[in-house]
Amino acid sequence: MEEWLYIQTEVYPALLKGFWVSLQLIVPSAFCGLVIGIMVGVLRVYGSRAVMAVADTYVALFRGIPLVVQLFIWYFGLPYIKIYLSPFVAAVLGFSLCSGAYHSEYVRGALLSIKRGQMLAAQSLGFNKVRMIFSIILPQAIRRALPGCGNEIIYLIKYSSLAYMITCIELTGQGKILASNSFKYTEIFLIIGACYLVMTSVASVILGHLEDRLLLPGFEHHRI
Amino acid sequence: MASPILRIENVSKRYGKKDVLKGASLTVHKGDLKILIGPSGAGKSTLLQCINFLVKPDEGRIWLEDQEVHYAHKRNLYAYRQKVGMIFQDFNLFDHLNALENVRIGMVKVKGMAKAEAGERAVMELERVGLKDHMQKYPAQLSGGQKQRVSIARALAMDPKVMLLDEPTSALDPELIGEVHAVIRDLGNNGMTMIMATHQIGFASSLASEIIFMEDGQILERGTPEKIFFQAENARTKEFCSKITELYGETR
Ligand SMILES: Nc1ncnc2c1ncn2[C@@H]1O[C@H](COP(=O)(O)OP(=O)(O)OP(=O)(O)O)[C@@H](O)[C@H]1O
Ligand SMILES: [Mg+2]
Repeated sequence: MEEWLYIQTEVYPALLKGFWVSLQLIVPSAFCGLVIGIMVGVLRVYGSRAVMAVADTYVALFRGIPLVVQLFIWYFGLPYIKIYLSPFVAAVLGFSLCSGAYHSEYVRGALLSIKRGQMLAAQSLGFNKVRMIFSIILPQAIRRALPGCGNEIIYLIKYSSLAYMITCIELTGQGKILASNSFKYTEIFLIIGACYLVMTSVASVILGHLEDRLLLPGFEHHRI
Repeated sequence: MASPILRIENVSKRYGKKDVLKGASLTVHKGDLKILIGPSGAGKSTLLQCINFLVKPDEGRIWLEDQEVHYAHKRNLYAYRQKVGMIFQDFNLFDHLNALENVRIGMVKVKGMAKAEAGERAVMELERVGLKDHMQKYPAQLSGGQKQRVSIARALAMDPKVMLLDEPTSALDPELIGEVHAVIRDLGNNGMTMIMATHQIGFASSLASEIIFMEDGQILERGTPEKIFFQAENARTKEFCSKITELYGETR
């Protein structure tokens, strides 16, 4: 029963601590990523030519460079220009920016799918551009983008496990420390895998509820 | 004679090398119902969209009640568009809003009215077009004729001085055309000023104060329904009228 004792006294408290750190990474990153994604998506469709070019470049960079490399740049690279971020802040920044780039793709696609006629109708009523985007287009586009954005949040939960690479010790980081001390790799990483599975499952359920709540006639996803 | 409510002078539009509108002029008095007819590609939709600057004309000037519209001046443009209602062929309702919200949103977001007050007005307008029992339905739950009537209510709620209607019934099944025509007829009887493009010449001739025949970006002929349909001077007008009478017949 020495195993059980080990799990109770060492594994459980360490993983619980890591789990909280993971949650603290995921929740703000998901929120900031979504906000960035909506803003960038709007700019990529309705911005001036220069703004569009900047936004497109942002997406190309942050989708094109591996996330670990991005994290290294934020954490190890920025000090060269005298900017020092804590591991936690660097991780949240990296996750938000990367996630925002992906969200913006879904938002952009959804914005482009809104029929032009509705914009003509809004304009003919005297709407200005900003009001038209916020009252007519975004409420529809967000409904259409939700499945894609939800998927991106599930991804974020999993790639939050990269934070330990820049010494932000979250769930995976704690697991790694425990495992290298005890050599019980299999047991510990099975537990950790289960933890992520719980997080992603809970997130799917929440996202599913959100989709149902926002559902309107005419916006159903036709499941065959 | 009283001064015109809307005056359009020499409006032109080109796309690339193609002149889609070649200097159209139009004077509309209060209570007029001008009907635009002409073959596909004549420029009827372009003219209507130029009138409220959904398409920016390359040339030409427009006055509403003796005030020239300066469309480059955004405030001026948005204020002008509130006074010019537009009805589209394919309704263009806002898909995420139910009928009541569709009618209310312009009053709230553009005119800055309080939601409750705008809601009461929206109910009134929907009753007027006979949709009292369908106010909570979303566009996806309405028939074409019902959608077009919601869109008319939505335009009316802004208290327009002039309504522009671009083939309001040509996307509708024949049995639904009548209900929309009834609403438009009612508007005309109540003195609404309208410019409407349509192929329904039976309906048009029973209501129009003037028929305007367009072809190839130009206004070729204009006059009373009797003149255009029975004593047209221009050979093209005659040809078009006989063709369209054959196609659409005498409609209600
Ligand atoms: N955005 C555009 N770009 C290029 N050409 C256009 C555009 N919009 C319209 N046109 C052209 O302008 C001409 C006039 O079009 P318009 O839609 O005004 O005709 P219409 O009289 O309304 O015809 P219909 O009866 O088919 O509705 C057509 O030849 C059309 O191809
Ligand atoms: Mg047309």
